[in-house]
Amino acid sequence: MEQVKLALRSALPFLIALPVLWGVSEVLRYYEFTSFQYILMMAFIDVILAVSLNVINGFTGQFSIGHAGFMAIGAYTAAKITLAARGLEIIGLPPGISDQVIFLLALLAGMCTASIAGFLVGMPSLRLRGDYLAIVTLGFNEIIRVVIENTSFLGQATGLSGLPRRTTLVWVGMGAMATILMARRLVGSTHGRALLAIREDEVAAEAMGVNTTGYKVRAFVISAAFAGLAGGLLVHLIQLCTPRSFTFVKSIEVVVMVVLGGMGSITGSVIAAFVLRFGVEALREAQQYRMVLYSMLLIVLMLTRPTGLFGTREIWDWLPRLRRNRAEGGAR
Amino acid sequence: MTEFLQHLVNGLSVGTIYALIALGYTMVYGVLKLINFAHGDVYMVGAFSGLYLARGLGVDQSPSLFKALLVFFGSIVVCAALGVIIERFAYRPLRHQPRLTALITAIGVSFLLEYGFQLPPVTQGSVPFPPGPTPRFFPEPFPRVDYAPFGVHVSNYDMVSLAVAVGLMFLLQFIVYRTKFGTAMRAVSFDSSVAGLMGINVNRVISWTFALGSGLAAAAALLVAGSRPTINPLMGLMPGIKAFVAAVFGGIGNVPGAMVGGLVLGLAEEYVAGYALSSYRDGIAFAMLILVLLLRPAGLFGRVRAEKV
Amino acid sequence: MSAENVTPVLEARKVTMQFGGLKALSEFELELRPRELVGLIGPNGAGKTTAFNAITGVYAPSAGDVLVAGERVNGLRPHVICQRGIARTFQNIRLFKDLTALDNVRVACHHRRAAGFTAAFFRTTGYLEDERSIRRRAEEYLAVMGLSHRRDELARNLPYGEQRRLEIARALATGPKLLCLDEPAAGMNASEKVSLLELIRKIRDDFGLAILLIEHDMRVVMGVSERLVVLDHGKTISRGSPEKVRNDPKVIEAYLGDAYLAEKHISVPGEGA
Repeated sequence: MEQVKLALRSALPFLIALPVLWGVSEVLRYYEFTSFQYILMMAFIDVILAVSLNVINGFTGQFSIGHAGFMAIGAYTAAKITLAARGLEIIGLPPGISDQVIFLLALLAGMCTASIAGFLVGMPSLRLRGDYLAIVTLGFNEIIRVVIENTSFLGQATGLSGLPRRTTLVWVGMGAMATILMARRLVGSTHGRALLAIREDEVAAEAMGVNTTGYKVRAFVISAAFAGLAGGLLVHLIQLCTPRSFTFVKSIEVVVMVVLGGMGSITGSVIAAFVLRFGVEALREAQQYRMVLYSMLLIVLMLTRPTGLFGTREIWDWLPRLRRNRAEGGAR
Repeated sequence: MTEFLQHLVNGLSVGTIYALIALGYTMVYGVLKLINFAHGDVYMVGAFSGLYLARGLGVDQSPSLFKALLVFFGSIVVCAALGVIIERFAYRPLRHQPRLTALITAIGVSFLLEYGFQLPPVTQGSVPFPPGPTPRFFPEPFPRVDYAPFGVHVSNYDMVSLAVAVGLMFLLQFIVYRTKFGTAMRAVSFDSSVAGLMGINVNRVISWTFALGSGLAAAAALLVAGSRPTINPLMGLMPGIKAFVAAVFGGIGNVPGAMVGGLVLGLAEEYVAGYALSSYRDGIAFAMLILVLLLRPAGLFGRVRAEKV
Repeated sequence: MSAENVTPVLEARKVTMQFGGLKALSEFELELRPRELVGLIGPNGAGKTTAFNAITGVYAPSAGDVLVAGERVNGLRPHVICQRGIARTFQNIRLFKDLTALDNVRVACHHRRAAGFTAAFFRTTGYLEDERSIRRRAEEYLAVMGLSHRRDELARNLPYGEQRRLEIARALATGPKLLCLDEPAAGMNASEKVSLLELIRKIRDDFGLAILLIEHDMRVVMGVSERLVVLDHGKTISRGSPEKVRNDPKVIEAYLGDAYLAEKHISVPGEGA
């Protein structure tokens, strides 16, 4: 009985979010707010990216600028699977459900391959300090792009087209939910505290028995997995999978979100992702100014408020009940 | 054999360019411990300021050696000034902040230059400013002559470029190891606070280091623009990153290391791309970077410094 | 049971640390039995902290062996050595400044947990049980060091003396058999030093630990240590009971020489302390 209650409690956010998201998407569909719905979905994908990058850049204090590389790996894996499974049906399931199940499997596969890539990048990068690590992740991002552009199996520079549109508001919403919960539960757990300790003082963390290299790799693996999820969701929304979506400009966009929100704040990442996505859409006519604005934002932020909007604070720091909950690591 | 020699020539001409840019990275890293991410874009600005100067002087109508030199030194001065300005306003206020803060700012500056130059033009003229994303042709200051000794294609541009690049490297070597400024620079690089206590004006040394590095980048840009004459606002991205790899390969902060690193990278790219994997040219630098960092993180000539506990 | 056939907690055999041409530590010998309190003293730059770093794995010794509970640990990473039962503090306090006092201690409890990360994500019973016990332990250590009232404060906001004590609490929380304290009383006045050293002795008795203590001030360390090892210029110049060491001419020379120099260069700022 106790077990059931706990399981319910741990899944509660999903159980609440599912009908809410479904309701919102139905309302938007009924009133034909198609473009708003599209932007909302993009914003949720950005949330997944920003929060997952925050695990490396914010919690662990490492600096990755190659997030789009992991995204690409997840995206291509998922795309290949849904393309291969086109027309396939799981026996005993109605077609609609079967498609969704296949999509879920494709996304999970994407997360797996991306996390393997995270492991491979994390391993050699362990010995590097902040700025070197940044360049290596960027290099990795570029290598992924070069490899894709030279692989006919992956459609080279043209990419993979003709993907079914599987991503819905419910999918991205649940993805964002899972990412936020992952980050929050991670940071409230003893594993999360180990990551924070690495950020604060690596030598001291190591002396206190924290396997710093192991934890850095773990941070990369977790973060990469969710970047892969975002990639899979993105390509099944725009129905196209090309290397152009995953250049390091994309990586920098995610970095801007994390930095703007505050490195180490999940709340900050979420809000920054929404602000930037909706801001970009509002400035649609001024698309050409977007990157200029991003870069000025970065410079001005660093010069005036390097901690970002939230620093390392969270919205639940202001809500007493949740705060206690967090301090207990979720234990009552 | 001919093919081998041809690759050697091409590799050297690319390599010297990487070396010139890498010197800027390595010197700035030496004094500030900062990866000046915007360095590749300073190189791009060098090419464009050369273009504006050339158009202003009418190099395409009546080329002359004097004008070519004017364009060359003019853009070096422009870029040196740009480097000093970037350091003064973007990096100096952050000197005592965590290093990541300055790195993020550097990324910001880099993107500002890249995308600022792609904005729609505000001025009119034969080349408007900003120039926009379309590639531009760089005028030829003197007629191109191709030679083919032993079947190896070499142009007079390649020869001039190689000669100038090597000359500049010797000049830099002289400045760093034989002049008072070079001594001050090495002192700051060793320990800036102690150098300050010894009466060295650290800010001035850092400014001059930026000026020197940026000037070399401009020189590299003009040497490239002369022989491969299209330029665009994103042209600094790849050479910038690759030159960084070259600097790391040689041991970042180490001046001769950057030169060797640049040459090795240029040759490696040329031979690997020429004989085996032509379409992977851009991946070679990164593969090399990851290998170096794995096998010898301090680079060829660098020394590991243990953290004091 | 005689002292000879108890496995020493720590053994250093001819440990040498060489940096370039500099021998920061040469042929350092040390044997620590359980529940022993040994002082490591010597003038500035004698190699005391280097000895600590070689023992705790920050540096791999250039030569010689370090044995923890009879097993060789040379070249193992610091976190492994910590898990084998050696904890340390740092001369220049290295707390996790932006974490609370409680979290600082909880990080040190980390390596003794059982539940994995997936368990944390799904909040399984095992994980919650783990978190509860970590918290309980952490609060105990805070209480031992008299820091319970600072539980939720950020480490950076604690006063200096409490930061020093928090570092000890954090080291204790790793569950060590040997606690290495690097100048825990640095920067304190005489009476603070005495009460801190009393506390250290009490910790040794209550937790049954061996303690290796670096201290600059000879008078203070004489009072609590059962044995002393004296380093100068990386070499062990004397060892034995406080009385023996106190009267050793070599020690007097090392210290007096130091004091003499200090007197000669009395105007040099930043010396001493």
